[in-house]
Amino acid sequence: MAEHHSALAHQFDDLTQQWDASTFGMWVFLVTEIMFFGGLFAGYAVYRSAYPDAFAEGSLHLSLALGGTNTVILIASSLTMALGVRAAQLGDNRATAWWLIATLGLGSAFLVIKVFEYHHKYVEHLIPGPGFLFEGPHARQVEMMFCFYFAMTGMHALHMVVGAGLLIYFILQARANRYSPDYFGPVEVMGLYWHFVDIVWIFLFPLLYLIGHRR
Amino acid sequence: MTHTTHHIEPQKIYFGVFGALMVFTAVTVWASMVDLGPLSIVVALVIAVCKALLVVLFFMHVRYSRPLTQIVVAGGVLWLIILLVLTLSDYFSRGWLPAPAGW
Repeated sequence: MAEHHSALAHQFDDLTQQWDASTFGMWVFLVTEIMFFGGLFAGYAVYRSAYPDAFAEGSLHLSLALGGTNTVILIASSLTMALGVRAAQLGDNRATAWWLIATLGLGSAFLVIKVFEYHHKYVEHLIPGPGFLFEGPHARQVEMMFCFYFAMTGMHALHMVVGAGLLIYFILQARANRYSPDYFGPVEVMGLYWHFVDIVWIFLFPLLYLIGHRR
Repeated sequence: MTHTTHHIEPQKIYFGVFGALMVFTAVTVWASMVDLGPLSIVVALVIAVCKALLVVLFFMHVRYSRPLTQIVVAGGVLWLIILLVLTLSDYFSRGWLPAPAGW
């Protein structure tokens, strides 16, 4: 009998119900996140359909090399996250900790590249506001494109920072041998969050970096 | 207690999904350099949706989740579609009828 399993919170009947409740709760939260980013994507769609040329022109000022590298890095971090959850399912805390450290490393690399990208935009006077300088017939519309670029990638990066902070906690927990085949729900839920942030970038990459028709 | 038998994917499935995601990424970059006219946004979004599906079904385990979780996921996507379709149908249809004179 498992009534007094050390990982079972007292409000749940058993570990199954506890696990179901935590994943269900995380998915409900992710739906609110879908709607949050959905609003940004809707605004993007409205302005891009109104000023398609300005958005394509602005996109040419984003670095395909850096954006593409970050896409590969982030998808790789989703792989290491999935492998970390799998190790937790098997109760292998050592492997869980190492996979999560790899995920944290890749996520940090993503953020470092993002900082370099933002710095380039600062040097090139492409940050919307009084410092924005752009030669061309539709400079104001390009400025709007960069508003969306910074709002969308900025909110995404903020989610990455939160995820990185959570990862540190989970690495410490795994190193303290907290997880077992009976109790790995928290790692599973952390994985759901990380993969969601990955999916947001999967849409941001083609919509921001790949619309300038480079040849 | 009722013991949950969680499905544990073989590692090679995760590596396979990662490989497919890399291929899709390469294809979307390549497609963006070909002049497809108005089709290019369609191609980019179809590829992105395929990638998202791979992540949701395999990495996020929705393939093996309980029906309740699957309904929540589908519901979230449905509401996102409502948000996008109603917003865009408003903006796209604004020029269809002339504003009445005298307003």
